[in-house]
Amino acid sequence: MVGGPGVGSSPLENANPLIYRRSGERPVTAREEDDELPDTIDDREIFDLIRSINDPEHPLTLEELNVVEQVRVKVNDAESTVAVEFTPTIPHCSMATLIGLSIKVKLIRSLPERFKVDVHITPGTHASEHAVNKQLADKERVAAALENTHLLEVVNQCLSARS
Amino acid sequence: MCEVLAPGLAVSVLRAVFQEVHVQSLLQLDRHTVYSIIRNFMRTREEELKGLGADFTFGFIQVMDGEKDPRNLLVAFQIVRDLIVQEYTLGPFVEELFEVTSCYFPIDFTPPPNDPHGIQREDLIVGLRSVLASTPLFAEFLLPLLIEKMDSDLQSAKLDSLQTLRACCAVYGQRELKEFLPSLWSSLRREVFQTASEKVEAEGLSALQALSACLSRSVLSSDGEDLLDSFLTSLLQDCRHHLCEPDMKLVWPSAKLLQAAAGASRRAGHQISASVVPLLLEQYNQHPQSSQRRTILEMLLGFLELQQKHGPEEADDNPLLGSKATLCSVVFSAVTDPSVQLQLVGIRTLAVLGALRGLLNPADVELLVDHLTRLILHEEDSKSCEAAMEVAGALAPLYPEAFSGRLVQVLSEELQTAPQEEPLQSQHSRWRRCLQALAAVSTHSGIVRDTVPVLLQCLRRAQKGNVPSGAHSVVSICQSLQRVAVQCQQDPGSGWYFHQAVVPCLLGLAVQAGMQENSSPALGKVLLEEEALTAMVPVISAACTHLSPELAAQSASHVVLLFLDGELAFLPDNSFPRSFQPFQNRQCPALAQRRLVSLLMAFVCSLPRNVPIPQLDRLLHELLALSCSCDCPFTATAAAKCFAGLVNKHPPGSQLDELLEAAVNRLEPDLAEGPHRHQALALLLWVTKALLLRYHPLSARLTDKLLALLGDVALGPAVGDGFSLLMADSPDVLCKSCHADVRLMFRQRFFTESVPRLVKGFHAAAPDAKANYLKGLSHVLSHLPKPVLVTELPTLLSLLLEALSCPDCVVQLSTLRCLQPLLHDAPDVMSLHVDTLVSKFLSLTESPAMVIRIAALQCLHALTHLPPPVLLPYKPQVIRALAKPLDDKKRLVRKEAVAARGEWFLLGSPGR
Repeated sequence: MVGGPGVGSSPLENANPLIYRRSGERPVTAREEDDELPDTIDDREIFDLIRSINDPEHPLTLEELNVVEQVRVKVNDAESTVAVEFTPTIPHCSMATLIGLSIKVKLIRSLPERFKVDVHITPGTHASEHAVNKQLADKERVAAALENTHLLEVVNQCLSARS
Repeated sequence: MCEVLAPGLAVSVLRAVFQEVHVQSLLQLDRHTVYSIIRNFMRTREEELKGLGADFTFGFIQVMDGEKDPRNLLVAFQIVRDLIVQEYTLGPFVEELFEVTSCYFPIDFTPPPNDPHGIQREDLIVGLRSVLASTPLFAEFLLPLLIEKMDSDLQSAKLDSLQTLRACCAVYGQRELKEFLPSLWSSLRREVFQTASEKVEAEGLSALQALSACLSRSVLSSDGEDLLDSFLTSLLQDCRHHLCEPDMKLVWPSAKLLQAAAGASRRAGHQISASVVPLLLEQYNQHPQSSQRRTILEMLLGFLELQQKHGPEEADDNPLLGSKATLCSVVFSAVTDPSVQLQLVGIRTLAVLGALRGLLNPADVELLVDHLTRLILHEEDSKSCEAAMEVAGALAPLYPEAFSGRLVQVLSEELQTAPQEEPLQSQHSRWRRCLQALAAVSTHSGIVRDTVPVLLQCLRRAQKGNVPSGAHSVVSICQSLQRVAVQCQQDPGSGWYFHQAVVPCLLGLAVQAGMQENSSPALGKVLLEEEALTAMVPVISAACTHLSPELAAQSASHVVLLFLDGELAFLPDNSFPRSFQPFQNRQCPALAQRRLVSLLMAFVCSLPRNVPIPQLDRLLHELLALSCSCDCPFTATAAAKCFAGLVNKHPPGSQLDELLEAAVNRLEPDLAEGPHRHQALALLLWVTKALLLRYHPLSARLTDKLLALLGDVALGPAVGDGFSLLMADSPDVLCKSCHADVRLMFRQRFFTESVPRLVKGFHAAAPDAKANYLKGLSHVLSHLPKPVLVTELPTLLSLLLEALSCPDCVVQLSTLRCLQPLLHDAPDVMSLHVDTLVSKFLSLTESPAMVIRIAALQCLHALTHLPPPVLLPYKPQVIRALAKPLDDKKRLVRKEAVAARGEWFLLGSPGR
């Protein structure tokens, strides 16, 4: 599903990328500490799930590379839908599918089963946007990709907490 | 042995060894013997050996050539180092000596498992480094090697090279480095620009700093060029332009490189600042976006901090002086920016700017103080406001007049004239802000004398009900006073001033309130509320702990006589309508007056141990009687704490024994039955704690009593909770800061003595009393240092697992908090119980209490630290079960569930 990921010694596609500031930890409000009141799942909560995913080739997070932004996350708790747009750093980024897959896997692992998860590229930011979106939307192909040990390894590395 | 050898024999022995023995064909042990012989001779026969000249060096090179055993290498490295350091003749063999040692660089050695010799990789690295970096003679060979190894793919090789380079810089000079500077710089730059590892970056930066320090140190010959100058020029050339791209990835590495080099010496700092500071100021003005400005200002801050570190410059030579006007306008524009992030950096820069000596003139300082005042009073963001207060506190001792005349002035006016049209809420928050700022800026003895009267004035108005929201205001004022007291503690003059100004005033106001209560119920009561009295305690306590014994004794006699005999003379405004007799008879005003015992406690329990307390015996008996007989729990507890605090400091002897006997006799009937059982229990707990802390033998008897009471139907739960009081640090009495007698290991001691009995009691107890024992146990365990807990765990684990099923929330929570660190630190023991742990934790994730759900999920997360083979059978079950808390109604629970489930997914999966 994805070409060999460029982990290790191959030259970086984008060696000096623009970097962005990380948003801080979400402050805990008094309401959230109240045992009784329910908190709905909001955009920030979804964004917090994906912002710390590691980029497959830089030692930076997707947030620092501005691949994901809070404004491009839409969630509807009542209707159980999540839509995430991500923006590859350059239009020919060969990592786009891998990044999308990482986001998708992270959300599937972290959200209640009732949610329908849609991950796609921000319109107009990637050369093969359509093809990538199609792959990410295809349940069977996503499942098959995760059967591939090598791919699973790279995805897990992206999802591991940074040491 | 060596002493009996005739002179000359050592040389013959060594000659024979060098000529006749082919050392490297011997067994390891025999080779080790050869090294030992050589080392011993070097210790005792240095002169003779040096007579051999370079032959000795050559001989040794042949001996160690090809050595492979780490045990022998450690000795051999030591010998080579001694050869160099003790200045044996190396002759023409410098390069050979380098070759025979450098071939091990970088060290690649992993000790075999179960290695009995205990040689670590690190030992060899240090040994070899001490050889390679011992002499400038090796420079021409070593530097190319280091440059080559920095390029290695192995991170360990990179780190070793960088660290070795840093070590070399301690002995090298210009001459050795000169030829290699360009390649060293380009390697270091590459490492810092491209690395993914913070460790490599940090080592690269410190190597660069060492290099720059080494060049700064070298003595210049009259005609030689200054290498530091040309080196820094090339640094600036390569890094400067990156500083102009505040969004790009290389901006920070460039700034860090320049800062590392600038931090090496004043000369380096001067040269770099002179070039970079004007550039950054210009960049700041060219980039209008606040995020870019923030990056630029943060870099600028780094350079200013270096300037501060190097100390004051000669006046005419300060590189900042030329750009001072721009610098001030940039920093002032940053602190007025709407972006809070930029503001915060601006405030930090303000602090450094103010602390740079000889830079700002009085007009600049006034402007600076005005900016701080504005931030403190009018900035909406609380972080900026707090930061500004901190800065004011840090700078106040440098410019006391400016702060007194402007900031303190404005704040006290603000406190007196609160505008009426504002809503109460914002009025109150602004009021609190002024109080906090007054406390923060009281870091200079002169300023303290201005701020304390203002704070006391506020307290008087609070008593009359003239400030927003009563008791809360008193609490805020007291918090500020406490902060001032702590800041005054180090300066005896200010400390005594504070004590004299504040303690009589607080007592006077409280006494007045205690007398008024009857006549006009609504008025003055504010100061007698529990909240207000509790807030005054730390103020008085902080004002007493650091007094000199003479002054403290003087003050103690006033205060104690006030309580015992109603001596009001030392209080300000001492025209009181009636007498003050808190310890006497049960009339109504005495009830209110008795509450002031908490202030007495704050005072007498905080005095240094060598301060005599007048009429101590009488005081103790009054306190004892009050603690057992008072209906009001607040007063009774205060009296019990005061009694315990004094008992803890009481010198040992028959007097103390009698006193304790009296206390126990007084306690026992009340504890058994009657209306004051809870008061008696509080006294028992506090006295037990007082004795426990000083290892008094009676503490064992009192502990027994407590253990027996755990089974009591009415008192049992309170006793269980009381164990947390015994183990925890209490903030106001019986703590180190108020000079209590606290032995270091009292918790461990209590643990070893009481836990076996707790366990036994648990097994023997009636079913509904079992929870009390578990509660007591979990309090003891949760206050125990982790290392002790880990060793004691195996005996207690079964009980803890049982405690997880206990329906009591306190027990569940403290057990979970107890188990969580153990999952990290004692995975082997915990692995044996994985089945129980998984099922109990999972069932607790459905607890109705949010804190317990969170703690249970954290434990499930921590479980992943156990060895994967143990966990893998449970992986599907746990992942399935954790799907439910992902949909918890509380966000904080979901967050923990996500973290835990994510880790469980990674278990045994590739790429973890």
